[in-house]
Parts: sequence; structure tokens; C-alpha cells
Amino acid sequence: MIVAEQKPIKTIADLIEDSNKVLLVGCSACVAVCLAGGEKETEVLASALRIKRKQEGKPLETVTKMVTRQCDPEYIATLDDSVEDVDTIISLGCGVGVQYLAERFYNKWVIPALDTKFAGGSIEHGQWEERCGLCGDCILHRTGGICPIIRCSKSLLNGPCGGSQDGKCEINKDVPCAWHLIYERMKSLGKLDKLLEIQPPKDWSRSRDGGPRKVTREDVFID
Amino acid sequence: MNTNSHLEKVFNSGEFVVSAEIGPPKHASAEGMHHYADVLRDYVDAANITDNQTAVVRISSIAGGVHLNNKNVCPIIQMTCRDRNRIAMQADLLGAYSLGINTILCLSGDHQIFGNHPTSKNVYDIDSMHLIQTVRKMRDEKQFMCGEEIKNQEPRFFVGAVANPFGDPFEFRVDRLEKKVEAGAEFIQTQCIFDMERFERYMEEVCRRGIDERVHIMAGITPLKSWKAARYIGNNVGGMIVPDEIVERLKGAEDQKAEGLNIAVEQINHVKKIKGVHGVHIMAIAWEEKVPEIVERCGLYPRPKFD
Repeated sequence: MIVAEQKPIKTIADLIEDSNKVLLVGCSACVAVCLAGGEKETEVLASALRIKRKQEGKPLETVTKMVTRQCDPEYIATLDDSVEDVDTIISLGCGVGVQYLAERFYNKWVIPALDTKFAGGSIEHGQWEERCGLCGDCILHRTGGICPIIRCSKSLLNGPCGGSQDGKCEINKDVPCAWHLIYERMKSLGKLDKLLEIQPPKDWSRSRDGGPRKVTREDVFID
Repeated sequence: MNTNSHLEKVFNSGEFVVSAEIGPPKHASAEGMHHYADVLRDYVDAANITDNQTAVVRISSIAGGVHLNNKNVCPIIQMTCRDRNRIAMQADLLGAYSLGINTILCLSGDHQIFGNHPTSKNVYDIDSMHLIQTVRKMRDEKQFMCGEEIKNQEPRFFVGAVANPFGDPFEFRVDRLEKKVEAGAEFIQTQCIFDMERFERYMEEVCRRGIDERVHIMAGITPLKSWKAARYIGNNVGGMIVPDEIVERLKGAEDQKAEGLNIAVEQINHVKKIKGVHGVHIMAIAWEEKVPEIVERCGLYPRPKFD
């Protein structure tokens, strides 16, 4: 899933300084699962902003709405009747959701309440970790199911750099060395010989370096 | 001889090779580099010019290399994969060679989080393995990385890489060295050696696989100024091991600096006898002045000269 984290209340409050009425839009997809932009977080943020503004003597009116997914135009359309009299729309979706709202409500000011962090998963309740670099050219079959593109701080393709020690990355002792993990897994699978092959340079044109990407499936077009 | 590199000449002569290291300054004056070149000239065969080491902005390694060439010291320019993509790196290889530089050391590079611009973006378009392959491909096949022909003068570099016998997983370290040799590395400089026992185990495996016959390995030596420096390196630098006995020996010494030099001299005399070690790379961090003394005390002076 896409993992996101809420911006500090003060930062969000500063972004809506000039607004008197705002619409907060939560999302029931990824950001709800990672407890950043679901129903509860949306309500809590709305009341926090109201309280802050009340204390400042400049009351704020809030409206809250949930959508199934902010990354689908059909769900965004369900908000059509809610945006008319608000000054600002606050999205608690990921960066995709913010943009879908901005596209649909072209004449409204839309701001992000979250920082979209990464594609990852939960490792325990309340903790999420990055797992996929979204590089567009998966090589996990060559690296024991552990992604060096995003889990190695240098995206190395051919083994650990000189900074790997005791299974940890040189940047921080809390960060596991991806190549150490790859080595251990390949060893347990009896496939260490695979790591002796020099992996070729990556074709980054399949990543963001090739420009914004698009996936097309003509076979499922409805026409 | 594949190149005009003085370092390659010394290796080919069979002499035990000596290199040192100069960290370029964080300003635009080359005076200090000229001074260190004068200090080192007769005592080393070549000197590394680091490439924004520890991710701190400094005079570029190629510019530093030109300053050394002007002072008749063979520069080994370091090139990391951190700051440039494959386009910029190949452009710099062409440019460096056109400026008279012919010896290079390919590395991944320290992560920028350690430097003075921790908010910067790192590149790592290619890794050190690919960089070694690229330098060799440009030289031996007269081709850019993409396969396009180099129609005029190709850059002809003597190609080095680094190895850290003290990084983990230990069992993979010789594999990684072998990959670098397979990629085209012709000489190797190791990380600073303090744990001699582990280095000897590493070299045994290197020789068992015959890698020592395919590449020139230079043992990295760093003289320590104090027990605190020793402990700091051991505890805070990823992939470095400093045994307690070295810390204790420095702690117990009346003159820690003198003892640090004694240890370095002993280490060099020791690695000279290890099979497969063809040279020593002295990294006297902010202590370049002591390199001549170390070289002389190890019986490595004078250095060979060629016409």
C-alpha cells in the first residue's frame, strides 16, 4: 500500500489561514489502513483545526467527507455537491488523491494534509516500512525477494558496499543492510552462486526517469 | 602496458608499490595540495585524490588530479557513483583523460547523510561494478556504455577499485572482490587494516581462488594519532574494525602519536610479507607530513624511477 503520514497540525493550519470554511476529504483505501487519512483521522483533524482556530478567535467551519478511493474519478464525483461553498479542500489522501481532487474541482484551492511516504507495508501495529521502489522493472527474482533498489541506501545492484557491518547499513544502525539480507536469504536457498553474476546497469527509463508513466490495458476498455 | 599510468609501470616492474592520499580542500585554493604534492613526490608512486569524501563539498578530484600532475605526482582520481549519472561520469572520464589523468579508482561513495549537504539527492544511476566495466569498455572496446563507438581518442585509464575485508557479510567480501576483478579492476586498495588476523584470513581466501594473480592488491594502512581516534573509528565508522589491543597500546603509550606511527610501520612490514599483497596505500588523514617518515622506516625509499 501507499504509506502516508499526517503533516503537523500547525503546518496544515498555516495552509488554511485565510479560509473560513473547509472540506476535509478522507480516503478509505491505503491511507486508512496506515492510520493517516481514514475516517477517524479526518474527524480528529477537523476538530483539532476548529479548536485551534477558536482559540485564535477566528472560528473555522469544517465539513468532513469520506470517499472509497481518492484515486478514482468516479468516487471523487460523489463530492460534487459538497464543495460549492467551501474556501479550501483539505485532502487526507495520498499525493494521487490531492491531484484527483484538484483536477475535478479546478476552481478550488486544494491542499495536502499528508506527506506521502512510500510503497510499503506494516511490520507491527503502528509501524510501516518501505518495500518497493516502484522502479517499473522488477528484479526481485534475482535478489532473493529483497529489493536493493529501495532497501539499499545506494540502490546497489552487485552486493553490499564497504559500510555494511553486523547486518546494518552505514547510514544508521537501525537500518538493516539490504544486501546482508539478500546474502543470508540466497545462502539459505543454496543460491549464492547467483550473487557472483554481475547484474547489468538498470534501465531507469522504465522508472520515473523516462518521464511520467502510464499503464494501458486496451482489453479492458469499455467502449 | 595498457596505459601510460605511472602506477601501472611500477606494478609491472614487480616493485612493492606505495600510494598515499590527499583530501582536496573545502575552498578554491590549490596551495595546500601543491604543498602535499611536494611532501609526497619522492616517497610515493601515486596519490589518490578523493572525490568529495564523506560527502563533503571540496575541490573536485579531477581538478585535484591536474594540480598533482603539474607537480609531477601521479594522481589516482577517485570517482564515486553518488553524485553523477552515467552521462556525467563518462563526460568526466573523457575530460580527465584529456587533461592528462590516466589512473582512476572506482567507488560507490559514502552516503550523503554523512556530509555537509545531508538534504541532497543521491544518484547511484550505476554502481561501482558498472563504473569499472564502463572505464574498461571505453578503453578496450572504444565504446561508450551505450555501445556507441568513440571515434577519436579513447580515454585510457588504469582502473582500480576498493575492497573492504572488514565489512559484512565477511564470507561475501571475497566474492565481491572477485566480481570487481571480473568487471575489469586492475588494482585494488583496501579499507584501513587494523584487524590483521581478519585481513590475513581474507587474503588466504583471495589466494586460494587465484584472485591475487589477476589483480594487484594494495593494503590500506592508516596511522592513528590517539587512542580516542582509534576507538572513534571502530565504533562510529560503518565497516571498520579496530581491535582493543590497538586502542590499549595507544592508551598506554607515553607519546601516542609516535606509537601510532610505530604501529603503522609494523603493519606495513607485516603486510609486505602477506602473499598477494603487491603494495600499500597509506591513508594518513590530516597527517600527510608523516608519510615520508613511514615510507623510509619501512625500507620503501627511494621509489623506482622510469624514463
